[in-house]
Amino acid sequence: MERVNQTLRWVPVWSLYLLGLLPLPWLFYLGLTGALGPEPVKALEHEYGELALKLLVLVLAVTPLRRFLGLNLMKFRRALGVICFTYVLAHLLVWLVLDVQIPSQILADIVKRPYITVGMVAFVLMVPLAVTSNNGSVRRLGPRWRKLHRLTYPIAVLGALHYLLLVKGFQLEPLTYLAVILLLLILRLPIIQDQTAVRARE
Amino acid sequence: MARRWTNTLTPADVTPEAAFWNRRQIIAGIAGMGLASLSGAGQAQAAEGELEPNSWEDVTTYCNFYEFGTGKGDPAAYAGRMTTSPWSVKIDGLVDKPGDYDFQQILGEMTIEERIYRFRCVEAWSMVVPWNGFELADLLNMAGVQEGAKYAAFETLYRPEEMPGTAYRVLDWPYREGLRLDEAMHPLTLMATGIFGKPLPNQNGAPLRLVVPWKYGFKSIKSIVRITLTEKEPPTSWNMANAREYGFYSNVNPNVDHPRWSQATERRIGGGLFARRQPTLMFNGYEEDVASLYDGMDLTKQF
Repeated sequence: MERVNQTLRWVPVWSLYLLGLLPLPWLFYLGLTGALGPEPVKALEHEYGELALKLLVLVLAVTPLRRFLGLNLMKFRRALGVICFTYVLAHLLVWLVLDVQIPSQILADIVKRPYITVGMVAFVLMVPLAVTSNNGSVRRLGPRWRKLHRLTYPIAVLGALHYLLLVKGFQLEPLTYLAVILLLLILRLPIIQDQTAVRARE
Repeated sequence: MARRWTNTLTPADVTPEAAFWNRRQIIAGIAGMGLASLSGAGQAQAAEGELEPNSWEDVTTYCNFYEFGTGKGDPAAYAGRMTTSPWSVKIDGLVDKPGDYDFQQILGEMTIEERIYRFRCVEAWSMVVPWNGFELADLLNMAGVQEGAKYAAFETLYRPEEMPGTAYRVLDWPYREGLRLDEAMHPLTLMATGIFGKPLPNQNGAPLRLVVPWKYGFKSIKSIVRITLTEKEPPTSWNMANAREYGFYSNVNPNVDHPRWSQATERRIGGGLFARRQPTLMFNGYEEDVASLYDGMDLTKQF
């Protein structure tokens, strides 16, 4: 694992931004050219949303990966978070501008439809995190920065819930996201951390 | 008795290439299948109809057929492995001549005609599909409807080895649907055996499926293996899964929202990334034909 960490040290963070943000215009282009199928709006909305969820899972995995496997991805975490927020924003914009279109209906949907309410709450909670994802904010906020960024936990749960509430019938994919996210959160519970600490000492 | 109902939806005056080729397929297909009557297909130019069918690709690649997966492209990708020949439909319950009816035998007895219908999914998207088929009433009359029959229950093929989506209990398989008998006997209610003049592709519910154009798409059950006439309202799959969201009637109604989304507007498939939403029509535009079936009913309660 040390070798992997050594190699990762040579990978510049900007390459992750580049790689991570590439699908955004690419998917839009696919939608424009018909490669996303006959219903590109829903497809694009779904692709952006699911990418955001995947990135959320990655963000949450950084700490457990380091603690339990010794894999250090710390320096990429901010980039993962910022890219994630970008996809959430794109997802929201597709929904607002291309999907629902009608402002009065947008407001009604946010209030009336639980899955949209949940999604909007998650988005709103993400805004302060995106705004404070820079060294200046970390310095200025001090210990409060860490506290603030624990909002990631409820955001991830809300994101998975948003997906689960939106599908028809009993579907595996949203449940899998919810399960993985809950697992990643459980790994942070003091009880589990204490036990691994004990085991490490033995 | 065929042609109790005639199309008002017809391709617009200027026909784009895709639709043109589709019409060629209708003619070639019907000729090829040795089936009677071109009905609307020959007289393509019509005055008022501003709607024209979606493309073959739209209709055959954007499907909900959860037995093959919940993705819209899954049916097109996996339904090929479904065996549709031989095929028989068990017709039982309150009928004079119950039994297993061979699909080819049914085809031989029925008059195939073309019906261009709007198709409105409960998920708030829509298409226009040129179906080929016969009226369900003709089939039920063939089997002989008995006095006490009040409902028709339908069942889709359930064959796990050919249907990868059934590995998950998205729904309680087999897929089931139902109609009130007067709905089933309505001249708009079609048993489709083809689209664009070709036999139904598997992903669209081969070899025969129901089409009830004034109801949400999930009522139009696919790949039917059983029809039972009953006295009581039969259980139906989506209603069993979530009765609050999916009523037995599930008539298209812009004034009754799905609990999780509005049904006031719809997205017409095929319009691309920047298409505007369109208002949803009461009974999907078939109000004149079917509203009387529901006289005296509170459609917000019996949705």
